[in-house]
Amino acid sequence: MVQKTFAEINEKIKAGKAVVLTAEEVIPLVEEKGPEKVAEEVDVVTTGTFGPMCSSGAFLNFGHADPPIRMSKVWLNDVPAYGGLAAVDAYIGATELSETKGMAYGGAHVIEDLIAGKPVLLRASSYGTDCYPNRAIETYITKDSLNQAYLFNPRNAYQNYAAAVNSGNRTLYTYMGTLLPRFGNVTYSSAGELSPLINDPCFRTVGVGTRIFLGGAQGYVAWEGTQHNPSAPRGPNGVPLGAAGTLALIGDLKKMDTAFIRAARFHNYGTTLFVGVGIPIPILDAEMARFVGVKNEDIYTSIFDYSVPKRSRPTYGQVNYAQLRQGYVQINGKEVPTAPLSSLKKAREIAAALKAWIQQGEFLLQEPVQLLPREQTQKPLEIRTEGVTVR
Amino acid sequence: MSKRRVVLTFPPSLVELPITYRLVKDFDLKINIMRAHISPKEEGKLVLEVEDGSTEQVEAGLRFLEEQGIRVTRLSKEIKWDQESCVHCGACTAVCLSQALYMSPDWELDFDPNKCIVCELCVTACPLQILEATF
Repeated sequence: MVQKTFAEINEKIKAGKAVVLTAEEVIPLVEEKGPEKVAEEVDVVTTGTFGPMCSSGAFLNFGHADPPIRMSKVWLNDVPAYGGLAAVDAYIGATELSETKGMAYGGAHVIEDLIAGKPVLLRASSYGTDCYPNRAIETYITKDSLNQAYLFNPRNAYQNYAAAVNSGNRTLYTYMGTLLPRFGNVTYSSAGELSPLINDPCFRTVGVGTRIFLGGAQGYVAWEGTQHNPSAPRGPNGVPLGAAGTLALIGDLKKMDTAFIRAARFHNYGTTLFVGVGIPIPILDAEMARFVGVKNEDIYTSIFDYSVPKRSRPTYGQVNYAQLRQGYVQINGKEVPTAPLSSLKKAREIAAALKAWIQQGEFLLQEPVQLLPREQTQKPLEIRTEGVTVR
Repeated sequence: MSKRRVVLTFPPSLVELPITYRLVKDFDLKINIMRAHISPKEEGKLVLEVEDGSTEQVEAGLRFLEEQGIRVTRLSKEIKWDQESCVHCGACTAVCLSQALYMSPDWELDFDPNKCIVCELCVTACPLQILEATF
């Protein structure tokens, strides 16, 4: 029985002796040699994903102007940012839209422009106070002029997600892309066997404090993500059958690279951010080796009908990612073409980049300081006419 | 060898006319129907790719169509893909019914302009706004 610790694996990384594979590379090895042997031979498996993740944004500190201003309303390239913090702090959310360009440009584009080093127009207004008399400013900022600029994404790296179809008679424009009428297509958004939380389905090694690849820089898991739903139904291999766990991620915007983080716009839906995330999975024992051996054909999701605008949408059965990746699935006996929304090419680049960092000793594993909740369900929002005290 | 793409717009009265048959038989043209939308009581639209040995034959064939009351316009638009900026997500392939945009075996986006019927669905479907219809 192999048992390794984070510290032991880090010693190997420092010595340049760690065996690191991507989550795709390790699959044939697990099939051929079995989990016990793989746990002996492999130290770290790297994962990757690059998909649209709406719950993303950045905290910025602009520094103080003279005379100083307590910014209460803030715009970046005409996109409103949240200024209800201290004087010159703001949060720019990915899905906030430009007041002048609408859906063509949003908070995600501001973040991409900052990462790219482009100047961004900052406008701010205030009611003026004795300590902050200035009522309005307008200037240009860049990431280098900011004191701090870090992404804090409340929900990233969804552990699996629904596939989408449209049974209705009109084209739907959704966050799952353009859904053609009468079962014209199916879209899906997961890196499948390469996806971070698919490879640690029960959150044994990924938790608060885990060091990760985020947008081309090193970042961290900050907390459980919003809507973290570990109690969602799971298959016998522990892998959830739909949306389940999520992560809140943090990382330095100034060190990111637009090759791994990009603004997106979904027509008639709005803007969002393609976030590149890679998480190293330490192969502590045979169970972890078995987990990272997961294949697309063992990862199932359900196809949901987005033409039904309800919280619980009807489904058209379960499919696995091998089926989705082959380019079509059967729905009601009809072949329906499938298309991805997250980039597998980028996910592979991320897993490879993280692998290289670890092999070169530039990236050490961080043991979680606290594990994520393993049992917890997601509550709906009830519409009430008066407040009810819930114990 | 000349190849050109044309959009034929015709009134409901001409729906019965065997256009493609006549173009093949009388003008010896090689025809590829790229997109057709014909519904009763409505205007019909047909996107054709016409190919033959000489430009004269194509011109004669198209003139024949116009004489029948069919409006012939040249399909001069094309889709431009900014490959450098692409992240290869695949969202555009969801709407590309002619499969001009497709994922290669290693999951890179590829574009075959010869298959493109310039329906422009990809222009709105691309999350990066890097697919454009240009004249």
